[in-house]
Amino acid sequence: MLARIQVGLKPAFRDSFGETTCNRIKNDLHLPVDSVRTIKVFTVEADINDEQLKAAAVGPYSDPVTQDWSLGPLALDWDYDFDWLIEVGFRPGVTDNEGHTAAQALELMIGRKLNNEEAVYTSTQFLCKGTLSQDDVETIAKQGLANELIQYFNIINKEDFVKAGGFKPQSVKVIDNSQAVVAPIDLNISADELMRISKEGILALTLEEMKFIRDYLQRPDILEQRQKMGLSEKAADVELEALAQTWSEHCKHKIFAGNIEYEDLDAGTTETITSLFDTCIRQPTADIRAKMGDDDWCLSVFKDNAGVISFNDDWNVVFKVETHNSPSALDPYGGALTGIVGVNRDPFGTGMGAKLMCNTNMFCFATPFYDKAIPARLLHPKRIFEGVRTGVEHGGNKSGIPTVNGSLYFDDRYAGKPLVFCGTVGIMPTLMHGKPSEDKIALPGDIIVMTGGRIGKDGIHGATFSSEELNENSPATAVQIGDPITQKKMFDCLIKARDLGLYRCITDNGAGGLSSSVGEMGEFTNGFELHLDRCPLKYAGLQPWEIFLSEAQERMTLAVQPEKLEEFMNLCTKMDTEATVLGTFTDSGKFHCLYDGKTVAYLDMEFVYKALPPMEMQAKWQQKTWDEPTLPATPDLEAELTTMLGRLNICSKEYVVRQYDHEVQGASVVKPLTGAQNDGPSDAAVVRPVFDSFAGLVISHGVCPRYSDIDTYHMVAAAMDEAVRNAICVGGSMKVMAGLDNFCWCDPIQSEKTPDGHYKLAQLVRANRALAHYAKVYNVPPISGKDSMKNDYMMEGTKISIPPTLLFSVIAKIDDVRKAVTMDAKQAGDIVYVLGTTYNELGASEYAVEHGAIGNNVPVVREEDSLPRFHALEQAIADGLVASCHDCSDGGLGVALAETAFSGDLGMEIDLTKAPMEGIERDDVMLFSESQSRFVVTVQQNKAAAFEAVMADTGLGKLGTVTKEMTMKMSGLNGQAVMNADLGKIKAAWQATLDF
Amino acid sequence: MANKVKVLVLTGYGTNCETEMAHACTLGGADQVDIVHLSELLSGEYRLDDYHFLNLPGGFLDGDDLGAGQAGAHRFRYAEIENSGEKLQEQLLRFINDGKLIFGVCNGFQLMVKMGMLPGFANDHTDRQVSLTYNDSSRFEDRWVNLAVNDKSPCVFTKGLNSLYYPIRHGEGKFVAQDETTMQRLVDENLVALHYTTADSTKPTDQYPDNPNGSPHAIAGICDPSGRLFGLMPHPEAFLHRTNHPRWTREDLPEEGQGVALFRNAVDFIRANLL
Repeated sequence: MLARIQVGLKPAFRDSFGETTCNRIKNDLHLPVDSVRTIKVFTVEADINDEQLKAAAVGPYSDPVTQDWSLGPLALDWDYDFDWLIEVGFRPGVTDNEGHTAAQALELMIGRKLNNEEAVYTSTQFLCKGTLSQDDVETIAKQGLANELIQYFNIINKEDFVKAGGFKPQSVKVIDNSQAVVAPIDLNISADELMRISKEGILALTLEEMKFIRDYLQRPDILEQRQKMGLSEKAADVELEALAQTWSEHCKHKIFAGNIEYEDLDAGTTETITSLFDTCIRQPTADIRAKMGDDDWCLSVFKDNAGVISFNDDWNVVFKVETHNSPSALDPYGGALTGIVGVNRDPFGTGMGAKLMCNTNMFCFATPFYDKAIPARLLHPKRIFEGVRTGVEHGGNKSGIPTVNGSLYFDDRYAGKPLVFCGTVGIMPTLMHGKPSEDKIALPGDIIVMTGGRIGKDGIHGATFSSEELNENSPATAVQIGDPITQKKMFDCLIKARDLGLYRCITDNGAGGLSSSVGEMGEFTNGFELHLDRCPLKYAGLQPWEIFLSEAQERMTLAVQPEKLEEFMNLCTKMDTEATVLGTFTDSGKFHCLYDGKTVAYLDMEFVYKALPPMEMQAKWQQKTWDEPTLPATPDLEAELTTMLGRLNICSKEYVVRQYDHEVQGASVVKPLTGAQNDGPSDAAVVRPVFDSFAGLVISHGVCPRYSDIDTYHMVAAAMDEAVRNAICVGGSMKVMAGLDNFCWCDPIQSEKTPDGHYKLAQLVRANRALAHYAKVYNVPPISGKDSMKNDYMMEGTKISIPPTLLFSVIAKIDDVRKAVTMDAKQAGDIVYVLGTTYNELGASEYAVEHGAIGNNVPVVREEDSLPRFHALEQAIADGLVASCHDCSDGGLGVALAETAFSGDLGMEIDLTKAPMEGIERDDVMLFSESQSRFVVTVQQNKAAAFEAVMADTGLGKLGTVTKEMTMKMSGLNGQAVMNADLGKIKAAWQATLDF
Repeated sequence: MANKVKVLVLTGYGTNCETEMAHACTLGGADQVDIVHLSELLSGEYRLDDYHFLNLPGGFLDGDDLGAGQAGAHRFRYAEIENSGEKLQEQLLRFINDGKLIFGVCNGFQLMVKMGMLPGFANDHTDRQVSLTYNDSSRFEDRWVNLAVNDKSPCVFTKGLNSLYYPIRHGEGKFVAQDETTMQRLVDENLVALHYTTADSTKPTDQYPDNPNGSPHAIAGICDPSGRLFGLMPHPEAFLHRTNHPRWTREDLPEEGQGVALFRNAVDFIRANLL
């Protein structure tokens, strides 16, 4: 039968979802809607009888206390007053988690599994009251309720709805009767034709790469082997797709691995760089580890899905940060949800597998108040913001992983592609079955098993599409929606399997799907044999190459020793986790896929993974100069400070933070919101991973994209400095402090599309040099990272490129979490210090941009000053001398002082002349310059002498005292009073901007 | 059971607070605490009969897709113990009738009301009379709240306690009843064991965010008439040590977090009455 069950809150109950939807329509779309009420629709397509249908409605699908149900149109049963009805549901094949759960509930009830022809689909009806035209309602549907890429909608007015007696049930089953075929692709064709194949197939392969494949396939020895397997000199589609994925920028990181001729036009020098990754990321870590010698706490770096460091004798810590930008541009909710549940699988698939402990995130968007025309295929930045926020909320909260640290950054150049960074920390015993847990290896003869979700057409070409700018051809199939509960069930099961020793090797299915996971694990044994026809599918009709490349979520690939296979499979059955045997790891040297027993891919592992020659690139650096901002002749400092605190990059992010569970698992020590009213902005998170120890972990990050406008070298230096000082603020130790680098760049390869590619690549070179330098200076070895190099949008003649962005994440140890410090001023009478010299460094600062220009004096990190200060401050905090500590970042000293004071419900009396400074002549420059490596610290009077002794000679300024009254009283550089501001009002401005 | 207080902390299918809940039971004085996956109950490896105290921790059973705890309650109702013909629900009812304790936090509370375990009038633990629905804000929120204990309540867990401070972390925590009579009966019989208050009062509050979800009578948790079955939306297991408190860096607090007290009361009750 095909029938609809409709469920809605009884009219006596408040429909808060409907109310929120109504407000969104009014506020964001400015349309005159009076009220919205919602109804959930379950479309049941299953061989069940009327009684069973009714039982489903009464039972699992509705709450007898709060909800009404109907097998007809509930909207009419209610006699509810509305003018329009909009129904929104998922398009065929799109992950419908609620439908999936509804189907499982039905299965439990009828006592059998649903077959492939049966399913339950969900949709939502929005009953809108208001004087709205058909066009208005369409706008609501398109811009407010549905994302047409993944959802359909139906609109009807009440009169027609009554006449028709409601909507008829409609199946959204995927119907694809196509037979599996493997298409041979002739590559012996012209250059233009080769490029057409690459472009139209979303392969993102260059002409050289296409020729490289053609030449390989034509080698007589290769051809002879292939012919024996039933293949030819033509590439099978499975092969070409797999190579495109493996060699994509997204997976192979060709820009970081390639050769660069770097010309510094200012200095008149030229040099050749072989692999930025090897020289600027891997090498510094190797050098730092060598220097640490026996005390080296890095365990596994740059070789697994995540980095691993030692926590204590019993536990190792695993950390990874990923981006999910391109999918989030098209479907912010699904893209971000997949981003977070996707990065969860990285620590889980590292070494023998880590239990997940906490999440972090960082989002870059255009302003949510964007009022210009939205270019084709793009969504309004507020929709992206809300979609991403909700996606990460559902991904993190439903997985039971606390979101402990995060931030938001706004710049309108993220309108073309938002950046969605998601990170996960995991923990695993130092030893698993007597062997180091960070190591894993598959052996020839091990069985390939895939667990978790099934394969659909979701996420096909995710890797290759992320390796290009967002354009007209960007495929809708690249979008996936994560299913956190299926993944959670799988993780519960696999952790048991790990502890029972039921597998030898594990990795996740992310970009490239099985092609990537099986291929990379096959490198341990030098080969594999994979049967694509054995893969469990969500629906029929997938071609072999689609099965191989699909990025359908919630899947892990394991190598199971043959003698453990039965026990492994039994455990999975018991714990309700689907597991399927797909083939064997071999030492044949071959990348071998079959379908129905016929070979559909047969390539040398060596060719797939090692043979591609490095890319040759050119970079040219020339310093740009920008206009200086016009600062007010006599600034009203109170007004300036209020404006600054309300700026998007400074204002309170409580709206977002509150909606993330930041304390599940019970380990939270310093939460993202702190202070007297639980609403002050913490610099970093502190967690206590195991209950039997007070040792903790500090998690922080730094990001300063705007400085890239002046020099990416200083952008990276500042991001790293910010991450390190944030960690120090809460008590993190530089003795055990590791970093993760996530580069998000705009296309840096010179071409017709990118005429300034030489400059952008030079920006990348300079960024990497800063990374190499400061990693060693601060002794913060990068242990893992990722790059995303094509964050551009190009359509209909409009190009939007993001500012080059590095997110530097830090994970550090704190020996005793009871020594942790928060950023809020603690009590009246405490002394206020600033640590570090302020320079005239307004370049690309929030204050400069507020006053209309970028300027040129970019903040510079001076390690000879900062390093002694960082070490001394770490000591002072460990000695218990510090009451509060907050770093000076966006908005400088003025913002840090105000946040410290109002987060403690307190005020301050400040004398600016007491601050260490160089080249500062104006109070506003003193307050808002973004000089690096500075802190605002408050100290109890009876500890001041000891504090000053520890901090001696590190650039200490005794600015004043904390006061009971919530005012900021300040005297300026000329000794006169320059501010007497009500901090309550300033705090209100800080909270108002993102109070959605 | 040889004089040992034995606790089962149930997990699986989306539960996610089992580790800290188990730790809370240990701190509360339990002798044996086992985290058991639902599949291990259904396979018969573990039996509820072997325990005194069942903990239903927070999480997102089946993703809360059909409403919080709704699909989970349905799963519990239909689940059968392998090779025994016995339903899990029968084991549960026997557990209740044996005078044992059940504690549901957040999603565990949602599960209890959606199975009809609470309010349990007239010892009927399958009749659904109350529910937990969407917060008035229609948002999931993580926020610490002030709570006051109803000292007239029969609740075993809150005995001797007054004011508490725990975090809520939910999107569906607004307590509702099928009708006003049911609601009034809960109030009259002092089954409302715990309610939301402002920081400076012990009176129920309807002011957001002190009352984070819009619950009438500021209901944060209810017990059955025996006081042995208790469910609440706030998370006591999230406050086991003073460093869990959001303001521990600015307030003088005892070393032990306020969450432990509820678990200690449960363990003490078992020692006094069930061993």
